[in-house]
Amino acid sequence: MAAPRAFLRLGAREWNGRARGIHGASESATPDRGQKKKTLLQFLSDHFRDVQALREYLLQKQLSKSNWKNRFQDKEWIRANERGSFPTEFLNFREVPVEAVDASGCTINYQGMSNLLPLKKLRSLSLERCPHVDDWCLGRLHLLAHSLQELSLAGCPQVSERGLACLHHLQ
Amino acid sequence: MMPGKQWGMPFDTSYLPPTQSDVVIIGGGILGLSVAFWLKKLESRRGAIRVLVVEQDHTFFFSQYSRASSTGPSVGGIWQQFSVPENVQLSRFSINFLRNINEHLAVVDAPLVDLRFSPSGCLLLASEKDAATLESNVNMQRQEGAKVCLMSPEQLRNKFPWINVEGVALASYGMEDEGWFDAWSLFEGLRRKVQSMGVLLYQGEVTRFITSSSQMETTSGEQVVLKRIHKVHVKINKSLEYQPVECSVVINAAGAWSGKVAELAGIGKGLPGTLQGTKLPVEPRKRYVHLWHCPQGPGLETPLVADINGVYFRREGLGSNYLGGCSPTEEEEPDPTNLEVDHDFFQNKVWPHLIQRVPSFKTLKVKSAWAGYYDYNTFDQNGVVGPHPLVVNMYFATGFSGHGLQHSPGIGRAVAEMVLEGEFKTIDMSPFFFNRFYLEEKLQEYRIL
Repeated sequence: MAAPRAFLRLGAREWNGRARGIHGASESATPDRGQKKKTLLQFLSDHFRDVQALREYLLQKQLSKSNWKNRFQDKEWIRANERGSFPTEFLNFREVPVEAVDASGCTINYQGMSNLLPLKKLRSLSLERCPHVDDWCLGRLHLLAHSLQELSLAGCPQVSERGLACLHHLQ
Repeated sequence: MMPGKQWGMPFDTSYLPPTQSDVVIIGGGILGLSVAFWLKKLESRRGAIRVLVVEQDHTFFFSQYSRASSTGPSVGGIWQQFSVPENVQLSRFSINFLRNINEHLAVVDAPLVDLRFSPSGCLLLASEKDAATLESNVNMQRQEGAKVCLMSPEQLRNKFPWINVEGVALASYGMEDEGWFDAWSLFEGLRRKVQSMGVLLYQGEVTRFITSSSQMETTSGEQVVLKRIHKVHVKINKSLEYQPVECSVVINAAGAWSGKVAELAGIGKGLPGTLQGTKLPVEPRKRYVHLWHCPQGPGLETPLVADINGVYFRREGLGSNYLGGCSPTEEEEPDPTNLEVDHDFFQNKVWPHLIQRVPSFKTLKVKSAWAGYYDYNTFDQNGVVGPHPLVVNMYFATGFSGHGLQHSPGIGRAVAEMVLEGEFKTIDMSPFFFNRFYLEEKLQEYRIL
């Protein structure tokens, strides 16, 4: 697994940094320790690898929680709750057409878009800040041309004017 | 010289190609590099195959008059609307390759390849008499997985109000995975990757093949003479020096000059009508591309439009510039000995058709024009892939008459599979074998751009 090895590397680097005193890669997660007084949590995570791992894990959970809100027809948004699972009523809505999908910040890519394309009644799609959405993905949106009314691509770094030029399919 | 090492020449020969190489690829354009890439990618262990690419002219694009390669000047379009199913499969393979280009061509510490792909689609127009062919082609393309839709003249007028639909009975519009990209960045990316994989690129000209022949008998009892190429003489440019390179496989990817290279190997030297006398029918044909500026022109949604009589154009950038040209008929073929642009050709042959199809092009102003060579297959304008039946270790990857660039990943893979495994694994390109020239079976493409 790559994740524990990354932590090991971080841990080793920090240790070396402290041992040598000044030098050492300071691209580890701790902020500049020159002026600010360190909090207890930071102090603990510097010295104990488990605490650092725990903090990373919580950060990941927080990140993955902020995405993927769906809205069904005439109903409110259905979001994932704090623990990352959808409410149980979700399963009752299998037949109801999906009207809006909010996938901001999601790491959706070209293959992932094929899950969105069968949603024929989709009216609003938000792909803000998706790092892997590029011109090729926009070329796939023509299948949603009849129903899509709102499309948001704010903050997608890989979309260029060439992808936007092919959005003329959407009426 | 350490004990146990090979004895080299006592003087400096580092500017010469190596004396031995497993595969020699003649021609360093997009097809040659694609074959080199796939050969190195599909080899069974790292460093198993030594590949040498010999290219006549390394300056390629920017030298106006010595443009031996067709890659630089190309329009860079890619579309899946072909009439031969294998061409559609090649396009689909190539588009998947291009979409994940950085997975394939990433080199450590080098910038990522940015293809600047515009997914604007390709629009093919057909008149009454071609409408049925177009429809059957579209059905075939849909079966292969291309997303193409048929449009009637009214739908065309609604969608693209700048088109004059007179004379158009049917149109096919590719919605996805079609458009154009920057050929030069693909070429540079391939070159970087191929060099990092250990392929040697040398500038030189192939002047001679050293071959050996043997008499064999076919199953039906006829006598045939099979040839095997043992050495390739690579002559250094602007000098009389040459280096004989011992090789086991030669790949002819010399583009417009493949016919000449094939003649060097003795292909076509025999009585006409026999297999020995069948030449490789690839010759250089000059094609012009014109760049013009027209502020009243179509606009952002312009696809690559291919008109009924061979005129095509596409949008270029965001400043109302358009690129386009026309494939001349047999009688109007320009002289291929030089790359001079004939501006009258645009005035007389291209502009009238453009105005007729897109009336707003009346006010266009030609900004620049250039010419390039097509590796034109005079037999049926489709490529040749695979070994020659008599010269057993020469493989072809040429003759694609304008489609070479967009199919290059697929063709490269097919030829590499043929060399390494002996058969086609991903796309079956057996209709493209050399034999069809002898058997007179044409693999005609409906329209060539």
